[in-house]
Amino acid sequence: MKTNDVIFQTVAKVVFFMIIFFAVRIFFAGHYYPGGGFVGGLLTSGAIVLLLLAFDLKTVKKILPVDYKWLISLGLLFATGTAAGSVLFNVPFFTHAYDYFQLPLFGKTSLHTAMLFDLGVYLVVIGVTMTIIQTIGESE
Amino acid sequence: MSLVHWAILAPFILAIFVPFFRKKAATIHTGWFVLILPVVLFVSFLQYLPVTMNNNSITHSAAWIPSLGIDFSVYIDGLSLLFILLITGIGSLVVLYSIYYLSKTKESLQHFYVYLLMFMGAMLGVVLSDNVITLYMFWELTSISSFLLIAYWFDRDRSRYGALKSMLITVFGGLMMLGGFLVLSIMGGTFSIRELAVQAPDLYHHPLFLLAMILILLGAFTKSAQFPFYIWLPDAMEAPTPVSAYLHSATMVKAGIYLVARFSPIFAFSSYWFWIVSAVGLFTMIWASFNAVKQTDLKGILAYSTVSQLGLIMGLLGAGSAALYFDSLDDNLYTAAVIAAIFHLINHATFKGSLFMVVGIIDHETGTRDIRRLGGLMSLMPVTFTLSVIGAFSMAGLPPFNGFLSKEMFFLSMVQLSELNLFNLETWGIFFPVLAWIGSVFTFIYSMIIVFTVFTGKFQPEKLEKKPHEAPAGMLVSPIILAVLVIVFGLFPNLLSYSLIQPAAAAIVPSIIPSGEQLDVNIYFWHGITAELLMTIAVVLVGIILYTFLPKWVGLYNYFPGKVTLNNLYDASLYTVERGSNSITKSYMSGFIRSYLVYIFAFFIALLGFTLWAKDAFRYDASNTSPIGYYEIGLLVVLCVATATILMAKSRLTSIISLGAVGYSVSLFFVIFRAPDLALTQLVIETVSTALFLLCFYHLPKLSRHEEKMSFQIGNALIAAGVGITVTLIGITAHSTKLFSSINEYYIENTYKKAGGENMVNVILVDFRGFDTLFEIAVLSVAALGIYALIKLRLEKGDDSVNENK
Repeated sequence: MKTNDVIFQTVAKVVFFMIIFFAVRIFFAGHYYPGGGFVGGLLTSGAIVLLLLAFDLKTVKKILPVDYKWLISLGLLFATGTAAGSVLFNVPFFTHAYDYFQLPLFGKTSLHTAMLFDLGVYLVVIGVTMTIIQTIGESE
Repeated sequence: MSLVHWAILAPFILAIFVPFFRKKAATIHTGWFVLILPVVLFVSFLQYLPVTMNNNSITHSAAWIPSLGIDFSVYIDGLSLLFILLITGIGSLVVLYSIYYLSKTKESLQHFYVYLLMFMGAMLGVVLSDNVITLYMFWELTSISSFLLIAYWFDRDRSRYGALKSMLITVFGGLMMLGGFLVLSIMGGTFSIRELAVQAPDLYHHPLFLLAMILILLGAFTKSAQFPFYIWLPDAMEAPTPVSAYLHSATMVKAGIYLVARFSPIFAFSSYWFWIVSAVGLFTMIWASFNAVKQTDLKGILAYSTVSQLGLIMGLLGAGSAALYFDSLDDNLYTAAVIAAIFHLINHATFKGSLFMVVGIIDHETGTRDIRRLGGLMSLMPVTFTLSVIGAFSMAGLPPFNGFLSKEMFFLSMVQLSELNLFNLETWGIFFPVLAWIGSVFTFIYSMIIVFTVFTGKFQPEKLEKKPHEAPAGMLVSPIILAVLVIVFGLFPNLLSYSLIQPAAAAIVPSIIPSGEQLDVNIYFWHGITAELLMTIAVVLVGIILYTFLPKWVGLYNYFPGKVTLNNLYDASLYTVERGSNSITKSYMSGFIRSYLVYIFAFFIALLGFTLWAKDAFRYDASNTSPIGYYEIGLLVVLCVATATILMAKSRLTSIISLGAVGYSVSLFFVIFRAPDLALTQLVIETVSTALFLLCFYHLPKLSRHEEKMSFQIGNALIAAGVGITVTLIGITAHSTKLFSSINEYYIENTYKKAGGENMVNVILVDFRGFDTLFEIAVLSVAALGIYALIKLRLEKGDDSVNENK
């Protein structure tokens, strides 16, 4: 049963980026507004699921040639690395640091090592969700 | 570590090298290497005789676990020296005997001698230890090595059965004894037996005194095969005969005797001690001698006779303790009973050791131990016959052997005991000599059976597997030495009086002897026409008559209910325990998760509900509650309806959708209660999980996909209601009893100041309490990888090829 889902696919292509941007926005805003790595990661994977629904597993794999299990380990590495990094500066494990920087384009911005930790969470959540969904989707 | 310590450890050290001797010097019987050690030990311990003869003692201490007060201290006095000489002396003879008894080529000698040496070292440790914990350690080592030795021929069923039985019974007793030791050391505040003995008069008034006494006596009775724990000893006869001779007649079974003697100074002030020890001992004596007569296996007879003689010794030790309890007595009874006990202990070790070796020779040379098949061996095995006559006549208590003397002393002390008028009941006292006399008659009968049934009568070569002939000289050496000792101790009993017996008796209850004096030990062979001599004459006469007419009345044994024996009781109780625990386990381990959940929840309700009720903990305090808004009521109605739908729904699909509805209403609750992060997450997660539920639903197998309503069970409903009510009550109570204010003020203040963020939830998650988050993402990762592994890795049952390839 081959159906023509041109409309769906076209809309998906557009909406995908909208969701991704929203996810990234929520991720970065996490420290000041509702959001953060967890919800951001879930929304990002939601965007990828949309692609999966519109196209098929193989196509999506071609578009995003990512092994999500690696993403999990990368995320865990970020998270533990951020936490362990503080040890190098002779402060307790998991001490965060932040400061304000004058960046081009953004202006005065607060940069926080907690963001790196949140990035780890973000990656892990994407990896986990996508691994589960892909594995179940592929199984016979 | 003194030389005495090394003497205890020497057998263990030698045991390490035994397999080496066996392998590298296979042409020489391994026993020769082993033999050196007990001989050296025996000779070197003789040097302590002058010390103990003056009632002095030697103590050496070595630290083991000093922080717990447990040390490896050894203590040599008359009692322990007596046992050491028995252990090493008979040990040497047994090793010598075993060299000729066990084949160099057919048997696994390395095991035999390792176990035997282990046992010897453990036994030395038992009798030398002053610390109860060390004593217990060596005690269990004797149980273990005895277990290994009984099952030496482990391919025989009976051996394994006997080993298991002896293990269960002696370890049971050992553990009881450990309990007794611990109680005793709590009472006295020390692990040292000597220090405890000093405090004995104070300990007597301690409420735990009786408990400690009974527990320690349990240990002694199980090890010494007293009634009703004697049942393991006849089954332990499956061991090689040297083992039976050594462990089950001369040494290990006397460990219990040693224990009773060693703890007499502590417990003998109590009348319970006197009654328990003497009553159990005497009853064991008469019961076992009575049972020995009907045995048909030579080793069976000897086993029961060992039990009986141990009972005799135990009874004498008990009788001796009466001298301490009844202060009014002079020391005569004590002297008579305790010295008789020690003298008989030595005598028993000599004649029983030689009798076991004789039986081993008969078994070795004829191939059977069954007295129904043996007969007329007198002319074929003259030396063996002579040895058995000496051993058995001594056991029966005939002059001029040493058994006669100790039997006389036994009667003497029993007669003295009967004159005590215990508890003003003159009838009670008379039981002691009467029971002792009856036991001796039976002892006489079975001793005669050993001699006359085997060696006289008709020779029946057709019933024997081998052609009988006299044993090789080497095999005869050990029993000859023991038999010579039987006669020597019989004719010259005072050889031992002041060298061994007096110090040992003095060590058992030191307080009874005025300091600087010695007990008057003088064993005369002839002491005039006394009551005990008349008793012995009566024993012999009645014994001869009963033995002559044995075939006429032995049938009487058949009138005893054969099923009602302690062995059957033991077997039945083992069976019942096994079956019982099996059926109990089966009754509640149903295999259904549903039942286990019922147990868990029932316990949950019972424990928490009971605590709430018993502690009167329920509180209701509405002062801290917020006003309830319309939204909340509305949402609550939705939530309740959705929950009820899940339970009532006919189809699973409805339940799944309702569950989704519950989830979304919860996220709306989060919105109302101003938790935007939670609401966001809850929304997304609820969507994902509902999708996963739908996936599961879609893949349900067709066969069982009935669209049916959940069945109603009153039990489940009650438990569910109980859990709900309990949790609600606890929730209300917890909310109503706020003991201190929340710490959230800190977060509110410092979220921006210290952490540079404004979203407090997120700052707590990644900064203040980021550690939790780290492991939560680890949990997620594990879940994802688990799902991946579950789906991808599909091993068929019994398919090992995948593993092998990897």
